[in-house]
Amino acid sequence: MVSGLVSASAPPPKIEVSGLELYYGKKRAIHGISFEVKAHEIFAVIGPAQSGKSSLLRCLNRTIEFVPGAQIRGKIAVDGQDTARVKNVFELRRRIGMVAPLPVGLPLSIHDNVAFAPRAAGLRDPKKLEELVERCLRQAALWDEVKDRLHSLGTKLSGGQQQRLTIARALSHRPEILCLDEFSIAIDPVTTMRIEDVLKELRREMTIVLVTNLVQQARRLADRTLFLWNGEVVECDRNDVIFSEKPGNRKTYEYVNGTFG
Amino acid sequence: MEEDAIKVSPTSTELAEATPSGPEPPWRRRPLEAYAELALEWLIRLCGVSAILFVFGIFFFVFREGAGMLFGKLDLLRFLFTKEWYPTSLSNVRYGVLALIIGTGSVTVLAMAIAVPFGLGAAIFVSEFCSGRVKETLKIVIELLAAIPSVVWGFIGISVMNPLIQELFDASIGLNVLNGALLLALMSVPIMVSIGEDALKAVPDSHREAALALGSTRWQTIYRVLLPSAKNGLLAAVLLGVGRAVGETMAVLMATGHSLNIPRSVLDPVRTLTATIAAELGEASVGSDHYQVLFVIGILLFTITFFVNLAADLVVKGIKKQ
Amino acid sequence: MTTFAETPFVRARKRNELFAKLVFGAMAALLVTPLLSIVAYLVIQGAPLLSLDFLVSNPSNGMRAGGIWSALLGTIYLVTLSLLIAAPIGVLAAVYLNEYAEDNWFTRVINLAVVNLAGVPSIVHALFGLGAFVLAAGIGRSVLAASLTLSIMTLPVIIASTKEALSSVPRAFREACWNVGATRWQTIRGIVLPNSVSGILTGVILQVSRSAGETAPVMFTGAIFFRPIPEGDPFAYSIFDQCMALSMHLFSVTTQVNGAPPALPYATAVVLLGTVLAVNATAIGLRVYLRSRKKW
Repeated sequence: MVSGLVSASAPPPKIEVSGLELYYGKKRAIHGISFEVKAHEIFAVIGPAQSGKSSLLRCLNRTIEFVPGAQIRGKIAVDGQDTARVKNVFELRRRIGMVAPLPVGLPLSIHDNVAFAPRAAGLRDPKKLEELVERCLRQAALWDEVKDRLHSLGTKLSGGQQQRLTIARALSHRPEILCLDEFSIAIDPVTTMRIEDVLKELRREMTIVLVTNLVQQARRLADRTLFLWNGEVVECDRNDVIFSEKPGNRKTYEYVNGTFG
Repeated sequence: MEEDAIKVSPTSTELAEATPSGPEPPWRRRPLEAYAELALEWLIRLCGVSAILFVFGIFFFVFREGAGMLFGKLDLLRFLFTKEWYPTSLSNVRYGVLALIIGTGSVTVLAMAIAVPFGLGAAIFVSEFCSGRVKETLKIVIELLAAIPSVVWGFIGISVMNPLIQELFDASIGLNVLNGALLLALMSVPIMVSIGEDALKAVPDSHREAALALGSTRWQTIYRVLLPSAKNGLLAAVLLGVGRAVGETMAVLMATGHSLNIPRSVLDPVRTLTATIAAELGEASVGSDHYQVLFVIGILLFTITFFVNLAADLVVKGIKKQ
Repeated sequence: MTTFAETPFVRARKRNELFAKLVFGAMAALLVTPLLSIVAYLVIQGAPLLSLDFLVSNPSNGMRAGGIWSALLGTIYLVTLSLLIAAPIGVLAAVYLNEYAEDNWFTRVINLAVVNLAGVPSIVHALFGLGAFVLAAGIGRSVLAASLTLSIMTLPVIIASTKEALSSVPRAFREACWNVGATRWQTIRGIVLPNSVSGILTGVILQVSRSAGETAPVMFTGAIFFRPIPEGDPFAYSIFDQCMALSMHLFSVTTQVNGAPPALPYATAVVLLGTVLAVNATAIGLRVYLRSRKKW
């Protein structure tokens, strides 16, 4: 499976974005960007604040629809299927796991936090739920810390634990794509490293889109990186190009090396 | 945007076809569940618009009962500008509500004259001079004050204030404008305090600190800085108080003496619009002229309070925008 | 405290400060004292009659003696039925306004309607109830017609406090639910409503207190001057009957009955006021308690 991402006869892209524009009212937040994400790669999106990174993720799972006044043009396809024409948007969202910048433990027990999505999707068998909860918490490297208090409130966990809980919840609906939006913004470096290890494990099972403003994180984890600036793609290439001495665009070099942005 | 713009819309229509399936295992909601949800969302929408339906309903039904008179026999000018109200006279029935309007107006104005300084003073005290437990306690007491039913106020007017006013002012009757106005003032003050306090809270602390740093006294700060910045909120508070006072029924029915009279002093008894409806609706036979005229008074009250509340709402909205 | 010598200027300022505090404090005190003195006065005056017997026996001798049983039971009927009607409509309306409505002119009109519904005078609600429920709908003067009138009148109370409770649930929770593929309603049912229970309950309790005390709206739609019912039977009224109501009973014994013992209206007032204040105090206590154990 993993070898697929470097094979010569490229499989169809997991995500294909073409000519995507996003408007908030009259203001244009994303200016017609196009890129592809291949299956089972870690794909990083870097760029300064307000460059449209988070909005891009909202477009992917169509939660942008909950933002009043937002309108998108262009096409986003997952596995070749246009997301705009997906009839069951809830299923689409379940195919994409989403981890928000700030850890959000729902005001439910730890168990119910993870079981929320499968339950909403119709899984009611308590035994299967329990298995699923354990598997997701293990995958998110949280199981050992919480296994004895699964029925205490998720909101009372520490920030780092809540962030892993968020990841466990995003994994609970067995997504094919996992999107993380600056997941390390509110947690300590040690936890960050743990989560990064988790991500390296998870890539065997799914495609990972990593939005970050930590350039070094993208360098450490990603196979390919997209540099987004002011809603436009500056450069999108393999990491060994982006982080080399001579990337395709001088701006990329300056941003990556901290002389601009 | 052109036709390829992706439509951003509520997603409930997609519910009916909700057959979610993760890649593994294929979870499925019970079909009934999705339909029940769809039905529930329509119910929620219906309840959401119900407030509009009810307001229109109130207007429609009150109007319907009064329409016969309003567009028929009633001469609006004589109705509004004469003071002879003899709805049950055998020889010469006359419907003039001027005395009632003046009755409502005099009680309202006097009530506001009492309530505004005290309400705003209390709001300033709560927001500027109190903190912690004292503040919480005061707010709770004021909330409880707002909860006292108007019929209890009316009873207090008859049993407590009536002898008190007779004693203090040497008045022949204690049920008069002053009595009703005092009760109305006490009834409207809580809403003034709570909205006034919100308005004062919205004034940034930096303004207060700047004023104090420039050496102004507490008085000057309140007078020159706080009141001007909070004036819209305070205006809204007063307007809501007026709306409440105009519409109040039981307390004024019991405490103002209920006598048809254009008052010459605050110690004269009067009769208000609301009290007239409450007192006479029971006796007027359904569909009679008298009955219909009472509904016309209802339309008049509805209109007055509608515009007063609309004005208050616009003022509040104006504050929120700033 | 201060190590500086007090100049006359500082002393004047301090005096000024104290004076301001006293003036505004006096204004606040003048608001607080009526509540306490009124309650105390009513209780003292009504004390001779206040007993359990007073609550459970019918008024007798032309309402000059006896208790308030049929009025008390009538009020319980009116309050319960109007609550059953108003609570679901009010809560769902608030859910619509806070969770579904977009920010457009239509929503503004709805909000304006809610504000106005709260501002319509109670006597106009009475006219509406009479015109719509008693006459047009043909229900006649009855518990049902009066409860419908009361429920529409008190709807804004529930809408306002439910809306406030819903909007205090952070948006991040909703987004987290949407992200995992929950529908709007699943989000509301699973996260938003359970965490707004305190606010909704507060609204419901305030609605109870409000409808227990209202007089004008029930006077022409279902409440009746006098009606004895079997003592001790909690199911003595049918919803199509006319009933007595505590608030109207107080009005009647104060203004329309001559020769009643002076303590009778006081005792009635104490029961009504005590009920309303107790219900409100419950709401306040509940709010404080639930605030102390917030889940996030």
